[in-house]
Amino acid sequence: MTSPIALVPAAQLRPLLDGYEASVRSRRWHTLLILFCIAVAMVLSSISAEVSLPKLFDNIHRFPSYIIRLFHLENGRPVWTDFPEWFWGLPRWLRLLGETLLMAYVGTVLGAIGAFVLCFFAAANVAPSRWLRMAVRRFCELCRTVPELVFALVFVIAFGLGPVAGVLAVAIHTVGALGKLFAEVVENIDMKPVEGIVSGGSSWPVAMRFGALPQTTSNFVSYALLRFEINVRSTAVMGFVGAGGIGQDLIEAIRKFYYSDVSAILLLILVTVAIIDTLTSKVRHQLIGREERR
Amino acid sequence: MQRRPAIDLVAIRDRHPQHFARFDRQRLLTLLTGIAAFALLLFGLAQLGFFGGTLLSGGARLVEIIGLMLPPDPGSWAHARTFGVALLETVAIAFLGTLSAAVLALPLALLAARNVTAARVVRFFARRSLDTIRSVDILVWALIWINVVGLGPFAGALAIMTADIGSFGKLFSEAMEAADRKPVEGIVSTGGSHALGIRFGILPEIFPVLASQVLYSFESNTRSASIIGIVGAGGIGLHLAEAIRTLELQQTSFIIVLILIAVALIDFVSSKLRFAMIGRRGAMT
Repeated sequence: MTSPIALVPAAQLRPLLDGYEASVRSRRWHTLLILFCIAVAMVLSSISAEVSLPKLFDNIHRFPSYIIRLFHLENGRPVWTDFPEWFWGLPRWLRLLGETLLMAYVGTVLGAIGAFVLCFFAAANVAPSRWLRMAVRRFCELCRTVPELVFALVFVIAFGLGPVAGVLAVAIHTVGALGKLFAEVVENIDMKPVEGIVSGGSSWPVAMRFGALPQTTSNFVSYALLRFEINVRSTAVMGFVGAGGIGQDLIEAIRKFYYSDVSAILLLILVTVAIIDTLTSKVRHQLIGREERR
Repeated sequence: MQRRPAIDLVAIRDRHPQHFARFDRQRLLTLLTGIAAFALLLFGLAQLGFFGGTLLSGGARLVEIIGLMLPPDPGSWAHARTFGVALLETVAIAFLGTLSAAVLALPLALLAARNVTAARVVRFFARRSLDTIRSVDILVWALIWINVVGLGPFAGALAIMTADIGSFGKLFSEAMEAADRKPVEGIVSTGGSHALGIRFGILPEIFPVLASQVLYSFESNTRSASIIGIVGAGGIGLHLAEAIRTLELQQTSFIIVLILIAVALIDFVSSKLRFAMIGRRGAMT
């Protein structure tokens, strides 16, 4: 049977095949080299991080047993058999949870206000001066690179234990994170309205107010809501360093091995975070929808 | 010169009342939302103790503290060496955690991706478990792992790994779902199995995306690794918390500067690698 496909003569095929194999081989070498580098880095960092697999395998059974114990009461019964006992501290925890949410809200709003003021000075297309722009950008980078808990630790010394330190830490981190995002929003605006206002003889603040701001509001709000979601998670652990919120009770429960309390508080946090996520994502989709209809 | 016809404002106002209303529905609603948000802000500030006078005295103390922090100074060479070693440990924790999370998240992501796993029940459970892992904070994971393997950097690496499995699982499965279906169809149409379709149809396409996500989170994990020491899981956080608590403020700022430098370096290297892998345009998304 003759094949309908025309075969290339062997003499012609040889160099083609050789070339193909050479290219595959060089790629393979490349991959092996990368894998080798990664393996070396892994070994070095395992030494530095005191990784010991025997220790892990000897103790790994404690991980599931810890999780299982989380769902058992003091008297050894599973938690769902006795809800009042499991959530014995519900009024207190709900109050702390409310405080956590309030902290996240205040921190987000304060940070968003700061970022809002800064972003017009940090955006490349509207910034009044180049040096100011660089300075504002560096400041935002500093604010978002230093971890929130570090700020919280410092603020706890200055403002004492309590939510004030936590709120300020969250606010500063938010200034950094939102400042960058807001500046990017401003950089993406249509410059024609701004040019029109400036050409009419108006000052820079007026141009920002009526030229730039109307194009950015819904994006600003959407990013701020996204940040609120993240901040709820991070304020929940602010209490670990004494900066207010439910984290204080959580770490105490973990440290003192009140297993059922740990699972109850964690569950409360998870449910709250899930509810907030759903709500904010709904509002955000509405905002984005409004933007697209325009 | 021709005179402009006089503008009949009244007639225009009659024809387009909505543009002349000072407060139309939309604006009123926005205004009310703004007022409500502001009222909640004031309530929150009052409730959390911002107006109790702590803000002023605390602010003064903060200025003093910042003054004492400058210039950054480790105190002695021995301290500087300790901090340097701890910083390396931090980077090692982040590296190990990120890499092992990526390896472990891949199979989970396969289970959670719609175009790979057909069984809806499996997918549902894979997604819910990823969600649950993700919503527990990294510090809590660190505390749990400390119970298992004891204090030290190993617990930190395991904590970062656990927390990252959640986020990688989600990101990877989304990348798989966004992959082009045609290569898989081509493989299946020539008689390849479903597994072969995944191996040669989906994985090669998404691999650069996955690698760039891993590199990207290496940077943020370095930041996380620098604070998990606060709860005793190794790295520079332990020294940082101790320096702050014992009011060694110059050491504190020295450690913060070290962390900043390390994060900036890793950011620089990882973005170079990312651009090399997927090009400048792809890296932006």
